[in-house]
Amino acid sequence: MSVRVSSRSGQLQAAPANGGDRPVIEVSGLAKRYGEVEAVRGIDLAVRAGETFGFLGPNGAGKTTTIKILCTLANATSGTATVAGYDTATQRDAVRRNIGLVFQDTTLDGYLTAEQNLRFHAELYGVPKDAVQPRMRQVLDMVGLWDRKDSLVAAFSGGMQRRLEIARGLLHAPHVLFLDEPTVGLDPQTRSSIWAYINELKGREDITIFLTTHYMDEAEHCDRIAIIDHGKIVAIDTPEALKASIGKDRVQIHTADDEAAIAALTGTFGIEAAVHEGAVTFSVDSGEQFVPRLFAELGVPIRSVSVSRPSLDDVFMSYTGKTIRDAEASGTDAMRQMARLRGRR
Amino acid sequence: MVTDTLTPTAESAIVESIRVAVPRRGLRHDLRAVSVVWRRELIRFRTDRLRAVTALVQPVLFLFILGTGLGSLAGRGMPPGLDFKTFIYPGVLAMSVLFTAIFSAGSIVWDREFGFLREILVAPVSRASIVIGKCLGGATIATFQGIIFLALAGFAHVPYSPVLLVTLVGELLLLSFTLTAFGVMLAARITQFQAFMAVTQMLVMPLFFLSGALYPLSGLPSWLTVLTRIDPLTYVVGPMRDAVFSHLNIAPVEQHLLAPGLDWAGWPVPQWLSLGIVAAMGLTMMAIAIAQFRKTE
Repeated sequence: MSVRVSSRSGQLQAAPANGGDRPVIEVSGLAKRYGEVEAVRGIDLAVRAGETFGFLGPNGAGKTTTIKILCTLANATSGTATVAGYDTATQRDAVRRNIGLVFQDTTLDGYLTAEQNLRFHAELYGVPKDAVQPRMRQVLDMVGLWDRKDSLVAAFSGGMQRRLEIARGLLHAPHVLFLDEPTVGLDPQTRSSIWAYINELKGREDITIFLTTHYMDEAEHCDRIAIIDHGKIVAIDTPEALKASIGKDRVQIHTADDEAAIAALTGTFGIEAAVHEGAVTFSVDSGEQFVPRLFAELGVPIRSVSVSRPSLDDVFMSYTGKTIRDAEASGTDAMRQMARLRGRR
Repeated sequence: MVTDTLTPTAESAIVESIRVAVPRRGLRHDLRAVSVVWRRELIRFRTDRLRAVTALVQPVLFLFILGTGLGSLAGRGMPPGLDFKTFIYPGVLAMSVLFTAIFSAGSIVWDREFGFLREILVAPVSRASIVIGKCLGGATIATFQGIIFLALAGFAHVPYSPVLLVTLVGELLLLSFTLTAFGVMLAARITQFQAFMAVTQMLVMPLFFLSGALYPLSGLPSWLTVLTRIDPLTYVVGPMRDAVFSHLNIAPVEQHLLAPGLDWAGWPVPQWLSLGIVAAMGLTMMAIAIAQFRKTE
């Protein structure tokens, strides 16, 4: 048996799929409104071929809505988006052929076995019949589930289901793989194993990955990230460049009297500070050299102090004025409201 | 890069990636989609034997408990040698596919709640092929369900004549298709499984009671006559009863009394039109369902 092999830009694919330097995902002025709620308020971005692009933001920031538009599951209220060179509104089928998807919530059929789920997918995507078996073997091997192919999916753990979904998303060899919160709800060990699969995948397949996350440490895996808050992109660059753009160290102190400490910081040192995650937090150029002065001159008893190099948390904070955990806490209501309006599709 | 081994080893799988080009959509691709959606229904029916057993309970109750109990009373109106169970058998047979067909369509609501519908909706296939596959799948498993009940025909003194059995299975298939299409049309709009159950429970019993499954459709008060003519089930139960009666030895006068044939204000509705109405309803509802699945939020 020989596997039919076609190059990606072969005759079955229309020209735009991988033409030159054109971005694989191109979004301009994209907006989406659900009734009164503006989920996405005009975003622009371009993702290059082969890139791993992260969409970082708290729940309810508009990440999932953007992915739904890119995947043809929702219409934009205004603006345009192209994926693999095709318009997501007018060339849906072409977009669908070229993308793989792994959603936040499982979209497997628990009453079918792993293999039956993959075969269903292969048929729906019209994968050439003689390629189904070897390709299935390959993607299942990649996520370490080949020996479980005959088990019912309902018997799988959360981590195994997510791995199976990743395998299924890759079965038809898409140009772009969308991962919506690929590790949400998984334990830390499983999360890191999922990331190991994703990183391995980048080395093996010629693929662009677009993912959303609200975990800072996961954003570090991306080539570039966009920080999204309240439906708008507030920053977009490599994680290193974003951290470098902050430049300053973050200092957090626990004091006997936070109000007095904030007033003293402003009065004595001319530094803006605020309480985040229960500690007085501020940024200075050289944290280690600043700490002795702080103890000498603050005039408010300090119980503990920590100094950290800029992290993505700080980047997020400097662009949005809050930490992502603060944003999650205040965003929960808005998110629930959105979820109600959005319904499930 | 051609892989020519039947089953590539794990090692070769790591070295090379098998390239797959997803073809442009065409009729063959859409037919594969119809077929796989249809096959999924069969797989689930096969693995869920409990469902087949529970779906059998209600028609069995109607035929043997209600049929025997009421038979002692209604039997007096029956010609000698004709069991009341034989009279209601065609209607109860129709009922045996009713729940299976509609609940099979209801699995769309279930799939939506559990996410699987999304996997289907992002696939590069026409919405029509998904809906058609679903309707054919539901029709097939409901017909299987009907065939299980058909095996009990002897207990209602219905003869196992091959011609009769083939006729009845054909009519069951048509009915099952239309009922599934009806269910799919509802499921396209209803997003919660409980709501779907409530709506179908509310509709299923009236459909059954108005179909003439339990009584002849002649000499009814005019309001009931009108209602029975609106019920799509009527247009299948009538031909099914005709088929059964044509295989029994009953005097024409009595047959005319018990199975008078459908009429619209005195105009007798021919059997082909009766079944044609059912098919047309099914196709219309399927078309509505397709249109609803084409909409994007």
